[in-house]
Amino acid sequence: MAITTEPAAPTTETPPTPESPPEPQAPAKEPQAPAKDGWQLNSPLVLTMVLLLVVLAQGPIRTALSAPVMQSWMTVFVAVVVQALPFLVLGVLLSAAIAVFVPATWFTRALPDNPVLAVPVAGMAGAILPGCECASVPVAGALVRRGVTPAAAIAFLLSAPAINPIVLTATAVAFPRNPEMVLARFVGSLLVACVMGWLWTRLGRTDWLKLPAHEPHAGETKGAAFWGSVRHDVMQAGGFLVLGAMSAATLKAVAPASWLRTAADNPVVAILALSILAVLLSICSEADAFVAASLTQFSLTAKLAFLVVGPMIDLKLFAMQAGTFGRGFALRFAPATFVLAIAGAVVTSAVLL
Amino acid sequence: MSRQAQAAVLFLIGTALLHAGLTNLYLRYVKAGLQPLLLLSGGVLIVAALATAWYEWRRARAEKAHAEAHAEPEGEGHGGHVHREPRISWLLLLPLFALILVAPPALGSYSAVRTGTAIQQPYGLSKLPDSNPLTIGLVDYATRAVYDHGHSLGTRQLKVTGFVALDKSGAPYLVRMALNCCAADAQPVKIALTGKIPPVLQPDTWLLVTGTYSAKQTKDPVNNRPIPYLQVTEAKPVPTPKDPYDESWNQ
Repeated sequence: MAITTEPAAPTTETPPTPESPPEPQAPAKEPQAPAKDGWQLNSPLVLTMVLLLVVLAQGPIRTALSAPVMQSWMTVFVAVVVQALPFLVLGVLLSAAIAVFVPATWFTRALPDNPVLAVPVAGMAGAILPGCECASVPVAGALVRRGVTPAAAIAFLLSAPAINPIVLTATAVAFPRNPEMVLARFVGSLLVACVMGWLWTRLGRTDWLKLPAHEPHAGETKGAAFWGSVRHDVMQAGGFLVLGAMSAATLKAVAPASWLRTAADNPVVAILALSILAVLLSICSEADAFVAASLTQFSLTAKLAFLVVGPMIDLKLFAMQAGTFGRGFALRFAPATFVLAIAGAVVTSAVLL
Repeated sequence: MSRQAQAAVLFLIGTALLHAGLTNLYLRYVKAGLQPLLLLSGGVLIVAALATAWYEWRRARAEKAHAEAHAEPEGEGHGGHVHREPRISWLLLLPLFALILVAPPALGSYSAVRTGTAIQQPYGLSKLPDSNPLTIGLVDYATRAVYDHGHSLGTRQLKVTGFVALDKSGAPYLVRMALNCCAADAQPVKIALTGKIPPVLQPDTWLLVTGTYSAKQTKDPVNNRPIPYLQVTEAKPVPTPKDPYDESWNQ
């Protein structure tokens, strides 16, 4: 309930793209909506005006966007959004179904009472959500709202995008000569997910979590609650997805690829460089193995770090986690995940690779 | 954003996804295999938009009936708007405009020149048909030229399709972006051109090049990976292929 003002901040921080001049002002007008008489700027009106303006000005907009760097930026931006939306919709449908149709008691019966045991069970359960990281964020949010201990939900959130069969198969295809990478990715990701869950049982505080309330209004039918949840999650997580896609596209279009070559020479720098690259690139976990395989000059350990860090924390995920769990949570969660994921990858590769 | 506006945005995004999925537009951004999921999610978004509009209409009607039954209105804004809707949703308009109005082209020479060639050592080469001339994928040619030293190619006439990219010194390359999932992970595979090259080459022009295997190789300045040459005998402009990316890595 209290969180709804927070997501407004990132909107103003994002670099204004030439195609959307009227938008930043639009939300500011919204609080006036309750006034019932006279002329007022409510959001359907603003939306209609924005749409009309953009359609009328499409000629100049196209000219402004015809520079190669802008075209490349837009292609990557649209690609990340188009690629992630189906998985986001899948996750949102699943999360709405959990929120509306699965009784809260089911989870308390399915998971062990002891949170220390519930964490690995939830982590393993991540293997059954076939999809990439965009699907797991709304599902984990629904789990917490359904009374699942946050520690278990965190283990699920972190493991699901990395250890499901689709992602592991892609990893096997990308590393035909190193089948041990598949095992290392599975073990490393599950390990980090469980450690993060256990860490939450020791240090986590529930007041860091600010879940936007979905409380059903009295007399609301199940259908209304289901579609209300779908609408809310697509609009909110989708907004954050767009934010993440913008930063990933900026990196891809602007940053030079040649600096990677120097980083590969030092083993420690190489691991750090690929971990940071995983965060910045925000590639879907179903495709990241192919990108890792193409970074031929790097060690297998560095590539494993890329594969373990990427599905757990990246720019797009950070934005979506901040939207689903609150900024206070995301700001603490992201650095801890990043450090632990690197450590987990290094330990796993020392044992398995 | 009010719920009516959200319903409109959901509907527009759903329609845009259906449009992209039903035309070949989606192939500029994602792999071909994603089409069924795209259409499905577009449909779900449209249903969500209609459901939102329907429940909003019913709620408004119920509130009106409620207000008429109790002649005394009990405070404005008492309805469902107790918590405000997320403002971040306005950002969803950006990909909508980008997809509907601009529809940016597939990645081209700009990205190709900035990124190193992504040629990979194959773990087995399939047998090529015996035809001459032989139509062969650009990635396949580059792989066979570098790692098979052209044994399976011989002296046959080869037909290769790709787009033109010019490096800083103006040397021409024929490039195909290889893709695993979406354009964010697309990487170029390059071959260098020698022989009868057209005098004027515009970057991003698609060419159908006929030529033979050349043992000459060069290094990509970006990542030091090998770039094989192709001895060109003829080059003619062709329209952009239906799927501009090479998806052979997905098989």
